[in-house]
Amino acid sequence: MAALANPAQGRAAPWVHNRVLLVLVLLALWAALGVAFVSVAPNRLLTGTGVLLPALMSGWRWGLLCPAALLCVAAWLPGSRWLHAAVALAATGLLAALVAVAGDEAARVAARESPLARVSLGGGFWVLVLLAWLAAADALQRLKLRPVRRALVFAGVPLPVLVLLLTGQLDQLSLLKEYANRQDVFHAAGWRHLQLVLTTLVPAVFIGVPLGVVAARRERLARPLFALLNVIQTVPSIALFGLLIAPLVALGLRGIGLLPAVIALTLYALLPIVHGTASGLRQVPADALEAATGMGLTPRQRFWRVEVPLALPVLLSGLRVTTVQIVGLAVVAALIGAGGFGALMFQGLFSSALDLVLLGALPVVALAIVVDAGFALLSAAVQRASR
Amino acid sequence: MIELQAVGKSYGAVRAVDEVSLTIERGEFVVLIGASGSGKTTLLKMINRLVEHDQGRILFMGDEIRSFKPEDLRRRMGYAIQSTGLFPHWTVARNVATVPALLRWPAARIETRVDELLTLLGLAPAEYRARYPHELSGGQQQRIGVARALAADPEVLLMDEPFGALDRITRLSLQHEMARIHRASGKTIVLVTHDIEEALGLATRIVLLDRGRIVQAGTPAQLLGRPASAFVSDFMGRDDLGLKLLGLQTVAARVRAGEHVGGTPVSAALTLREVLAEFVARHVDRLPVEDANGRPLGAIHFADLLEPAP
Repeated sequence: MAALANPAQGRAAPWVHNRVLLVLVLLALWAALGVAFVSVAPNRLLTGTGVLLPALMSGWRWGLLCPAALLCVAAWLPGSRWLHAAVALAATGLLAALVAVAGDEAARVAARESPLARVSLGGGFWVLVLLAWLAAADALQRLKLRPVRRALVFAGVPLPVLVLLLTGQLDQLSLLKEYANRQDVFHAAGWRHLQLVLTTLVPAVFIGVPLGVVAARRERLARPLFALLNVIQTVPSIALFGLLIAPLVALGLRGIGLLPAVIALTLYALLPIVHGTASGLRQVPADALEAATGMGLTPRQRFWRVEVPLALPVLLSGLRVTTVQIVGLAVVAALIGAGGFGALMFQGLFSSALDLVLLGALPVVALAIVVDAGFALLSAAVQRASR
Repeated sequence: MIELQAVGKSYGAVRAVDEVSLTIERGEFVVLIGASGSGKTTLLKMINRLVEHDQGRILFMGDEIRSFKPEDLRRRMGYAIQSTGLFPHWTVARNVATVPALLRWPAARIETRVDELLTLLGLAPAEYRARYPHELSGGQQQRIGVARALAADPEVLLMDEPFGALDRITRLSLQHEMARIHRASGKTIVLVTHDIEEALGLATRIVLLDRGRIVQAGTPAQLLGRPASAFVSDFMGRDDLGLKLLGLQTVAARVRAGEHVGGTPVSAALTLREVLAEFVARHVDRLPVEDANGRPLGAIHFADLLEPAP
């Protein structure tokens, strides 16, 4: 976001004050007028026909234009804290309104036409949601809040959508009908996905952090270690899962299922964790270490009181990358029977049921965002505690 | 207090320190000086075992330093370095309290001691205690570095080019503070520098090193006045030898007590070098002298710079 925002702030022409927002607005106009917002099909098996957003406008749905209009105007106004806050709020509102319109249309079709009819979300919807999200993120960046506060405020952006979801406003959407049909499978997949991530992280941290400490201390060991971890990282995930089957079977263990998945994911997780730990320790100022030793800290005291606190922010960012990566990679583990949201996705892919694919993919995206935000909050808190 | 007996240290084929013998008495301010690569920093770090000597013996309070646990030895010797080495994640107060905390002093005693030291180094405790190192200027950081080295009232203070990275004004003011602290506390200080002016201004004894060996050790006046070799006089600087000699003594030593001269008085604490500058700038050959409280002491004549008044 910062990379997008800064050049725009630096060279803004006097009549456009927020080029990022202007670009987002123009893209949104294109998506609203040119890409189907929802697609309506007579039943689950038939292909639907796309409907553009303007065709859906009637009654309260015109209210969607309020936040949209504010965003259009805001690009031309000089930036101030109030304006950025208003933009963030409008983007949040727009996000909720887009979801509400789609849900409402699904309910209308189900009631007026046929309960079997399916209203699924179209490309236009996804592009508009993404643009609203970006507008909110950009505005919050410009507000220059302190890290902890920014993470908390940012968590509020998807909140209205969550309320719509939980109050059943969206139940008639094809996606949620799919969910209703497979509730048990979905929940089991969710738990399994979390299980995959957590059972991977624990051994990865317990192996990766000590390896990182060793790598930071001994340059001679670090080079072959990173070479090995880099090689592992370049092996495609499906190939790694496949490669593990033979040795595991030879050891008398199951070649498919949770065990090989966790082993492969742990191997992938090692590089960012080892790297984060080692570079965290390496950037501890040498003079602080010399002073610590010179003043009579024992090696253990020096490690825990000086090195660990100073390395922690970098270590945490390594862990953040790892965890987000594992959340995504765990999807592929479904191919060797490890379950998780990937199982839903692949089932959908193999039976050309797009909504089923989304039902598997969306929670993975949401989980990745939540994990990322959680770590952002944690590292901000650590930074504040140690400063 | 510290006795080095034929001490040596090699890095591969290079003899960083070669057969150095030196006895440092209690209360001395010893300055180790030399060009880079002369072994002065290695020598200093041997005393607190940051570098282990591989030849000879080093005694601290009569005992071989290897008979101490390294941590115990280091906690009895303050240590300050050029880059300060302050812990960036700790406040000023916690940084200063490092060694007292290691020695498990009670919290109240630590707090009193921190305030005392901040005051000693000219930093208002209320204002600076809770700050972080990155919020301080270079000079202030080095003051904290010195305060931290002094915190547990160590018997010896080891300083590795502590003022090398500071601008001239800040450096002079910190050198002044160090001289004051040395006079007031009577601590044994060993300081490494490559700055001759710093050595002349602070040392009770200068140890000049070259390629790991002591070339000459003695008072500043001895090194300037009776250099042991051409290397010494080259190193000390031939061009302004006279000025440096004048810099070693203060007006107080040459004042003609009770004599009255007109004009703005000079302080008795000025060095003869500074008063020479006054003579030249004012175009006079006599100046009135006053003490630190502004009371007249007498006068000094231009000729007194060459030899004391009869």
